[in-house]
Amino acid sequence: MKVKKTIERIMNGLFFLCGMVAVISVIAITLYMIICGVPAIKEIGIKDFLFGKVWKSTAKEPLYGILPFILTSIYGTIGAVIIGVPIGLFTAIFLAKIANKKVAGVVRPAVELLSGIPSVVYGLIGMVVLVPAIMKVFNLKNGTCLLAAIIVLAIMILPSIVTVSETAILAVPKEYEEASLALGATKIETIFKVTIPAAKSGIATGIVLGIGRAIGEAMAVMMVAGNVPNMPKMFSSVTFLTTVISKEMSYATGFQRDALYSIGLVLFVFIMIINVVLNVFLKGREE
Amino acid sequence: MKVRKLLSMVVVAAMSVGIIAGCGNSSDKSDSNAGTNSGSGIKGTVSTNGSTSMENVISSLIEAYNEKNPDVTITYDATGSGTGITAASEGTTDIGLSSRHLKEDEKGLTETVIALDGIAVIVNKNNKVDDLTLEQIADIATGKIKNWSEVGGEDSPITVIGREAGSGTRDGFESIVDVADSCVYDQELTSTGAVIAAVSANEYSIGYASLSAVSDEVSAIKVDGVECSEESVLDGTYKIQRPFAMITNDSTDLSNAAKSFMDFAKSEEVQDIITAAGAVPASKQS
Repeated sequence: MKVKKTIERIMNGLFFLCGMVAVISVIAITLYMIICGVPAIKEIGIKDFLFGKVWKSTAKEPLYGILPFILTSIYGTIGAVIIGVPIGLFTAIFLAKIANKKVAGVVRPAVELLSGIPSVVYGLIGMVVLVPAIMKVFNLKNGTCLLAAIIVLAIMILPSIVTVSETAILAVPKEYEEASLALGATKIETIFKVTIPAAKSGIATGIVLGIGRAIGEAMAVMMVAGNVPNMPKMFSSVTFLTTVISKEMSYATGFQRDALYSIGLVLFVFIMIINVVLNVFLKGREE
Repeated sequence: MKVRKLLSMVVVAAMSVGIIAGCGNSSDKSDSNAGTNSGSGIKGTVSTNGSTSMENVISSLIEAYNEKNPDVTITYDATGSGTGITAASEGTTDIGLSSRHLKEDEKGLTETVIALDGIAVIVNKNNKVDDLTLEQIADIATGKIKNWSEVGGEDSPITVIGREAGSGTRDGFESIVDVADSCVYDQELTSTGAVIAAVSANEYSIGYASLSAVSDEVSAIKVDGVECSEESVLDGTYKIQRPFAMITNDSTDLSNAAKSFMDFAKSEEVQDIITAAGAVPASKQS
């Protein structure tokens, strides 16, 4: 009897310990980012850092303005959302309401597989197929650009939008739709005027999840965006908040390194904000 | 309940500290074990300080040297050639590392070139241009020349592909061609392989890469009429090259350990190591 109790206790402790791993990691990472990121921001000056338009980290008189990266990350994410959300949402509607079982049985696994593809593979295909294609279609001398990154990101965020939206659409009570149909609305009218509004908080959750994925993506973007610290333009090489860190960290020394940590902190704050927004949506859904 | 929670948290914290401490101990132990097994009699520490571009070469040299002489600890501070030379002349480091020759006013120092860094300028295979002057390359890099027809090629725009800020190859190219901080790139990639892949994929592009990495996928152009090869780098006719030198102070004697490390770096036995690190070993000269 006693042995059993001890085992119970030990197992309880073990579960608790495992649970703490995540908590401790979050606390440690947060503290580390703040400790490493704040000094460089202080030295550069928060205004010059966040709103400076020129990044020249290794020049003789270095400049550390990260506005190009912030704007690129924001534009890139918005662009991905503009392309990805309609496609994702319509796929979800198609799967939940329109497709027959056979077709859905093909589309659904395809979408799920999409989420399992490693980002480096997205990047590779973007580099080998998309970048030369953009070069040809738009007659550019260089295909690595913001547009290429947006297209790659749009495809990468599809799975989270589709799966979460589909669940939300399926959760809409049948009575709503039946009432609408009974009143004489067509199937499409019902979907757009009844089902989607009723599922909107779930759809929003999917979109925010997608935004989180898009803003945090580094590898795929680095392979198609060109990585020059330009102010964002659709057809010029650009650098995201994530890619500037991954591209310069390997050789960075001294203050350049500190500044990269500061960019990490900015990115961290961005993602925290997205998480808070996500939590608000999730709560709204529960109520 | 709350007290218990707090208590367990403290326990967890204490345990994780224990784990970390445990790791530290074990690594210390293995170090000292390796020390006692050493064959050579040389002991001590050698500090090196300087050029960030030499990181690859120096790191692989240190690694190879430590395999033979585990009792010698060699440190490397990547600060920059200027700082390395200053440190050597002030005596704050044993060996300064410089990726440029000493200037005339930097007296009382001796430079020992251990390797040469040749940087090839590469273009797409379909590009007819195969010879550029140093000035033309500089103008292309800074965006003054924007079309291949201006340098004898087809009427097509030029795409400049380079490396990321902080890369030794970029630093080398920009300082030799004298376009530091004024290059206008269309792409900045993070590895030599990526640059070569991008140049081989884009017909209009021009890029640069370490001589040792250039493959058949792209063509390396002649600079001022000189082909880029190990021989032309060694005899000095190929322009886009720079020395990797160890700087020592004439007024102080080197420690045994430092001397043995320098001899090792100069020796012919490290030729393969230096080549693998992307440079041309100076011991091949003469």
